[in-house]
Formats: sequence, C-alpha cells, structure tokens
Amino acid sequence: MVTVTINVNGEKRTASVPPETTLLRLLRDDFNLTGSKLGCDVGDCGACTVIVDGKAVNSCLMLAAQADGRDVLTIEGLATMDRLHPIQKAFEKYASLQCGFCGPGVIMSAKALLDENPDPTVQEIRDALGGNLCRCTGYVKMIEAIQDAARILRDEPVEINR
Amino acid sequence: MTIPARFTEPADTTVEAPPKAKRKAAVRREVGRSIPRLESHAKVDGSAEYIYHLRLPGMLQGKICRSTVPHGRIVRIDASAALAIEGVHAVITGEDIRTLIPDPYYGPAFHDQPILAIGKVRYVGEPVAVVLAADLHVAEEAADQVVVEYEPLEPVFDEVAATKPGAPIIHDSLRPAGMFPDLQYLKGRSGTNVALDARVLHGDVEKGFAEADQVFENVFRSRKVVHATFEPTVSLAELNGSNGLTIHTSSQSPSYVRAEVSRLLGWPENRVRVRTAFLGGSFGAKLYIKLEALVAACALLVRKPVRIGLTMEEEFYTITKHGATVRIKTGMAKDGRIVAREVETWWNGGAYADIGPRVSQKSGFTAAGPYDIENVSLINYAVYTNDPPAGALRGFGISQIVWAYECQNDIIARSLGIDPLEFRRRNILHDGRPHATGTIMTNAEIDEVLDRLSDRMHWDVLFDHGSGPVRRGRGLAIGFKACIAPTTSVAVVNVYGDGSCCVSCSTVDMGQGSDTAMAQIAAETLGISTETVRVIHPDTDVTPYDMATLGSRSTYHMGNAVRLAAEDARAQLLRIAAATLQTDIEELEYRDGAVISRSGARMTMRGLMLARFGMQAGTVIGMGTFTPPYTKPDPRTGQSPQITPYWMLAGAAAEIEVDTETGRIRVTKLVNVGDVGCAINPAIAKRQLNGAGTMQLGFTLFEEMRFNEGQVINASLADYKIPGMLDVPEDLSAELVEFPHEHGPFGAKGVGETGMFSVSPAIANALCDAIGVRIMELPLTPERVLRAIRESENRPLESE
Ligand code: FES
Ligand code: FES
Repeated sequence: MVTVTINVNGEKRTASVPPETTLLRLLRDDFNLTGSKLGCDVGDCGACTVIVDGKAVNSCLMLAAQADGRDVLTIEGLATMDRLHPIQKAFEKYASLQCGFCGPGVIMSAKALLDENPDPTVQEIRDALGGNLCRCTGYVKMIEAIQDAARILRDEPVEINR
Repeated sequence: MTIPARFTEPADTTVEAPPKAKRKAAVRREVGRSIPRLESHAKVDGSAEYIYHLRLPGMLQGKICRSTVPHGRIVRIDASAALAIEGVHAVITGEDIRTLIPDPYYGPAFHDQPILAIGKVRYVGEPVAVVLAADLHVAEEAADQVVVEYEPLEPVFDEVAATKPGAPIIHDSLRPAGMFPDLQYLKGRSGTNVALDARVLHGDVEKGFAEADQVFENVFRSRKVVHATFEPTVSLAELNGSNGLTIHTSSQSPSYVRAEVSRLLGWPENRVRVRTAFLGGSFGAKLYIKLEALVAACALLVRKPVRIGLTMEEEFYTITKHGATVRIKTGMAKDGRIVAREVETWWNGGAYADIGPRVSQKSGFTAAGPYDIENVSLINYAVYTNDPPAGALRGFGISQIVWAYECQNDIIARSLGIDPLEFRRRNILHDGRPHATGTIMTNAEIDEVLDRLSDRMHWDVLFDHGSGPVRRGRGLAIGFKACIAPTTSVAVVNVYGDGSCCVSCSTVDMGQGSDTAMAQIAAETLGISTETVRVIHPDTDVTPYDMATLGSRSTYHMGNAVRLAAEDARAQLLRIAAATLQTDIEELEYRDGAVISRSGARMTMRGLMLARFGMQAGTVIGMGTFTPPYTKPDPRTGQSPQITPYWMLAGAAAEIEVDTETGRIRVTKLVNVGDVGCAINPAIAKRQLNGAGTMQLGFTLFEEMRFNEGQVINASLADYKIPGMLDVPEDLSAELVEFPHEHGPFGAKGVGETGMFSVSPAIANALCDAIGVRIMELPLTPERVLRAIRESENRPLESE
C-alpha cells in the first residue's frame, strides 16, 4: 500500500492504495469523483483526461503515486455551485455531446489548451484534441463550442478559471 | 381510463400517401424546436448517471476467463490455483450455472448461447468461467490462473466456406427461440451452419436476365467491425427481498432482459427488476442478453451482489457487426433501366446467432435497393462461423447491402456512360410503387434526397479532378431501410397535483437524445414547456414494456405511445373540467397547466385536482400503446402487403483526395441527407446524421477487426483505429428532408441509423471517379487502395 495525498479541485485528499492503482481509479474509486470516465483504461481514448499541474494527462496512464503532492483538476472542479465554466456552457449550448461519456475528458483537454493558447485555430484544436476520441458525435460541434468558449474567455476572463 | 391506442389500417394499402403539399407540418410550439438536450447540464458537469459508476455494498467483482481456441471440446477446467489466491471468493463454471438453470442457453432468435461454455467452445474469447472477488485486481490475477484444457476441433471462419458441404458443423442442431414463430420450422435442423435462409421473389428474374441487353455480376465484401462504445458494457445483479432479483445494466433492451432472465430462471417476470441509466454509447452492442444472465446466475449462486464490467479488449470478443459477402447480378435494358436483379448474401454471424438471423432477413429484403425493378430475387444466409458473435450495429446490416448495390450501380452507370445521379433518377422507386416485397413505398422521399445531394454537391458543375500524384473525385450513393416490425411500445404520462408531469417509458437514452424527444412530444400534446417535463429512465418495476431501443424505432413507436399517453391524460383532465364547468369537452383546451374554455372560464390544476380528488393532490395517469400494423411475409416468396411501418431513405455524397503514391484517401467533404419525416428536434436529428456518418467513415476508411485463427489481433483502440478529430472532413454536413409521415408522431420517422447507409459506397464511388480504380472490399485502407492502383497499372505490389 502507498499513501497518496493530492490537491484535487482545491481540496487536500489522502488515500492509501495498492501501488498499481492509477490516478483514474484513485479519483473514481477512492474519492468518488466519477466525472472522469474510464473508457479504455490503457491510454487510447482520452475519456479519463484530467489536468495535473496545468497539463492535460490521461489519468488511466498515471499512477496515483505519481500524482502525490500535485494539483489535480477534474471536471467536478471546473464549475462552481451555481456557474458552469464557459467551456462547459458552450458544450451545453452547442449540444456538443451525445452519450456524453467522452465529454469530461474532451472538456478538460479543451481547458488545458485554452489555458495555453487562448485563441486556437481549428487545426490547433484538432491537433490538441486528436487523442480525445468520441464514438458518437463527429466532433464538429465540439470544435465550434471550444472556439466560442475561447472567445468568451478572451472577452471576460472568469475568476473561477483556476 | 385509456383511449384505444392501437391504430389500425386496412391490410390492403393500395392507397397512396397524401401528396406532399397536403403533408405540410402544422405550426407547433415544442415539436420542431432545437431545444438543447435536457440532460446536457449533467453531461458537461460530469454528474450524469451511468451504470458503470454503480457500486453496491458488499458486492463482488467478476472477471471472465475466456476460451483460447476457436473451436474445441472442453476436457477439463482446473480452478484450484485460482481458488488458492487470497481474496478469491468463488470460481463459477458452466456446470455450476446448470445447478441453478438446467438449460442455460439464451438468445433472441435461437437459444444457442450458453451463459458459460458447456462441453464445447465455439470462438476465441468465449466465456468459460468467472472468478469472483471483492477486489477486481484479485479477480483479474486469479482469472489468469484458471486452467482449461481443450481438445481442438477444426474451425471455419469464412461465411461462404461455412455453408459448403464438409465444413465443420458448429452447432449440433438449431434451437429457434419461442419469440419468433416464423423461425420454428428450423427447429431441430442439424448438420448445417446456415441458421436461416430468407428469400424474396418478385417477378421472374430468369426471364428478366434473358431479356436484358447486358448483365453485370460482382461480389462485394465487408469485414467485421466493432461498436467500440465508450462506456464499457456492464451489469450488476443483487438479490431483492426474499425471492427477487434486481439487475442494473447498461442495456438497450430492459424489457427483453427481464423476460429472458425470467425464462432462464423459470420465474415469473415480476420477480426480476431491470433498470438502466444513461448509456455511454451502444449502437446495438448492448442489446438482448450480454452480461445480464451471467451476473444474475452468479449473484444467485453466491448470494451476494455481483458486478461484471468488460474491458475495451473484451468488447471485441462480445459482439461485432456482421462481415458479409454479397453476390449481386443485375440485368440492364439499353435505356439504362434495371430490369432484373439477383442478390445472394452470406452473413457471417459468428459462433452464436444473437439477432443475426433477423439482421440477415430484415436487411436482406432491401438488397435490391430503393429501385423500381420488375424482376427480383434475394437470398440471405445467416451463417454460423467460429468468429465472435455478430449482432446489430447501427443499421442492422443495411450498410453491408448498400455497399454492394450502390457500388455496382456506379459500375453499371460508368459502363453505360450514364451520369451516376441520372442513373439513379431513372431507376428509383417512386412513392406509390410496390417494393420487391409487394409493400407499397409510401411517405418516402427518395427523389427529394437525390435533389438535395445534387444541390449540395453542385453536381451539374464541372469537377476538377486535379493532376499530379494527388487526384480528386466525387461520388454519391443512396440507400434505405425498412423499420423493423412487428414491435410494440407502451408509455405512461403522469400529471401530478401541481400540473408538473413525468413520462415513464422504457426507451433508453444512449446518446441519441430520446429523453428530450419524448419530453417534446409530451409537452406539445399537453401544451406545456419541454423543459418542465421529466423523463423517468427505464426500470421494469416502473416503466412499461418496450420492445427495445433499436433500429431507429423509438421516435416513431415510443413517440406515438407517448403522444397517445399524453392525449389520454389531457382527455381525462378535460373531462374533469367539462363535468365541473358543465360545458362540452370541445369547448375546452388544456394549456400551461390549466383548462381554458372558449368562453374564457379557466380551471387551474388546483381546481381540477379538487374536483377530482377532493383536495389539491393526486395523479392523472395517461397510457398509450402503439403497435403499427404488420403482415408476415410469405415464407417462400417474402411477399407482404405491409412489411414495415415506414421506410427510411438516405443519401450521402463525398469529395475526396487520393494520394496515388501512398493510397491514402482524404475525405474533404461529406454530405449526409436523411428523410426523417419531421424532425422532433432538428438539431439533434442532424447530430445523429453527422455522428453516424463519422462512424461509417471509420468503417469505410480504416476500421477492420483483424483475426489470426479466430484471435482478434487488434483488440484495442490503439490498434483498431476509430475516427478522431483529425480524421473528420473539414466540410461535414447533414441535411434533413422533412415531409411529415402520416402516422408518425407529429410526422416523425426514425433517424438514428440513417446516416450510416450510404457513406461507404459514396466514398468508393468517389475513389473510382478520381482514379478509375474500383475496390470491392471494405475498408478502403491505403494498402488496399495502393494495391488496386498498382494492379490497374499492371505492376502489382508483392503480396504480404
Ligand atoms: S480511459 Fe484513459 S485513455 Fe481511455
Ligand atoms: S458523446 Fe458519446 S463518446 Fe462522445
């Protein structure tokens, strides 16, 4: 067993887990944060994407122990009680998702992209999110939503934008 | 009280649909609005409920041990090493299941699939045993320690070879399920791998060929592909009270699961409760029985809750799309009219029938295409092989069939020097004309689909094919499907004391947006706003029967049931008001939670409840049942005056670039046109077309399950590529053709599969347009394209 303490969505949390436990399993099974999805569990789909110290990572590929002491942001930490993050809002407005299972991962990847590049071109969005697969949608409305959110974030940077 | 909900029509439908002009949609408030999905907030904040998240107190997790041989007798199963591992609770085998269920074979068409293998395995990956442990890691580790010894039998993988004399026989005898009376004649048939041969005969095809000026014959193939849904298939079972069982499952067919698990256990249906949540995609993968019978049996054997979830790799060994071989022969008259068409299709159903026989029959009868052909003969063989089982995948076999006839139509058009669009116009089956099954084509806008494709592609403008190594081409294709029949949907609409309302139905929202559509239909009928309606997710203890969420049937069938249920509730409210206000019911209207009379009198919900229940509380329950009429086809000729409640017409067109040095195709533009009757929610309907188009793009360009002696060698999303953002055409669009269907709810038809039908042949036709090379087998991988190019240049590539 290893003891892991991470700062998840602004809150310090600790768990004792077998060493092979991934960050994804830690979040889902130990912290009950099921917003991050398990699609393939081997790094191929992006459904498990979270942001660790500002970078988008596949949490199914990272061991929980590797995240020890680091800042982790999951989909649950993106919105406040009464306000969705502009990316979430745009995904809602553009009806970008269908089954929604890929959604949290796509949104977290988009967040990491916009933090780094506030005005991405369509090609930059496609490149950055090339590893976030979706079986339902055809992606078009995701790309539009990300561009729209980028516009809004540029115009009025939100304070909740951790 | 219920309004008689089953509409009937004279069996003889010689009547034509009303002309288009008369079929104009009325003005509506809720239906036809592109409302964002009701659940979209929960999906963007991560809180949406999926069964995959569910954990039950004290539950065990199961890991399946799977067959390593494609065909063989089980000599011995030794679980001792697995049982010795600390934390392993039990190892369950087929023989253990038999102590609970003496005849543990299931399946919607044939009772051929054992819950766990008994005596024999029929494909690599077949479940042989299950290890149960509280900790999934322990179960996984122990599953590797279960030793199974096999005596190998000769396997057969090819669907045509499996029908030849002397082929290894996979099932000793056929065991049709009771649900389909028309399969009973197959009972006990032995010595064959053909689970069903279904025919359609129309006119005299031999005479047609004899009289034809020219005859074309080709063979087209499609390989097996997989659904690859993002939420893994998952089921949990727990004991419920002293004699019941609850199954939580990612299923598209909760009513079926209840019936089939009850049948297996020999229990009445009311002791089995089946519930679902949102599904993280399904596309036909989570239909009928998948893990439900297994978790039910395990939970009853160990008297603890049991959960089994598949890995992505295991999905490849659970259910696939049918591979198919299609031989198509077409007789042409000089004037470019098709005079005879014969299609023979072998469907690779894998080791267990699942719904395969239905796929082959129901898609098979459309195999001549949406064309007016005097002489038609269609034969379909549902074939057992030693591949993983094949079942439904978004389109139910249609895209394999369209692949054949739309590629061949282009071959013919080119050979006769007729423009491909014009060729189709000359041959399409117009509204009011009989299809090869004898059923009249009605409410089907095929000409309009062609017009829209032509407009969107600027078909009459000269196209630049480019020069140098990268060439450009464009192609189009049309296709159609007959919605499955006969099926039934039942819905309940509850109006509560404050006027708010819930819809109870067993339609599963797996991403297609059915919750929103059903809410829109109820809201339109009740004169309230969609956003205030809540849709209760399937729970067989609460929600009434529905055949299943499949085959693009829900909008039409469940939509009608919901409409009828809402009408029933509204009628009851109006009757209460009419009695209280002492007016005629015709004078009254129910809107925004109140009854308003023409004279201006108004009864609020409070008043209505007081009048009915004596206080401001209560429930008004409306019910609706919908079963469209259907006439069973004649088993010899496939003829029926009423084979389907509606036809779904589709067209796709593509512009591509092909690199002649690498064989790589880039689709630059893809247009998908769907005839949807009337869109309940146009935005959602378009998303369905684009989503389906993208999925079929993957099936066209690169998706293909690769096998080695029955073993899938690319069973991961790393090795089995599905379309990502970088693969989607820059110009991807969808267009709806909307002429209300006379019996659809507010004119709607289904749309979930429509966008799949025509994409593959449109791209292959574009490839041929670009470089004159014709490929007869999907997918159009760079290697296959390059080989074809080099062969056409008489300098073939070396074989692998
Ligand atoms: S679940 Fe992590 S990449 Fe698929
Ligand atoms: S919305 Fe279903 S996987 Fe993306």
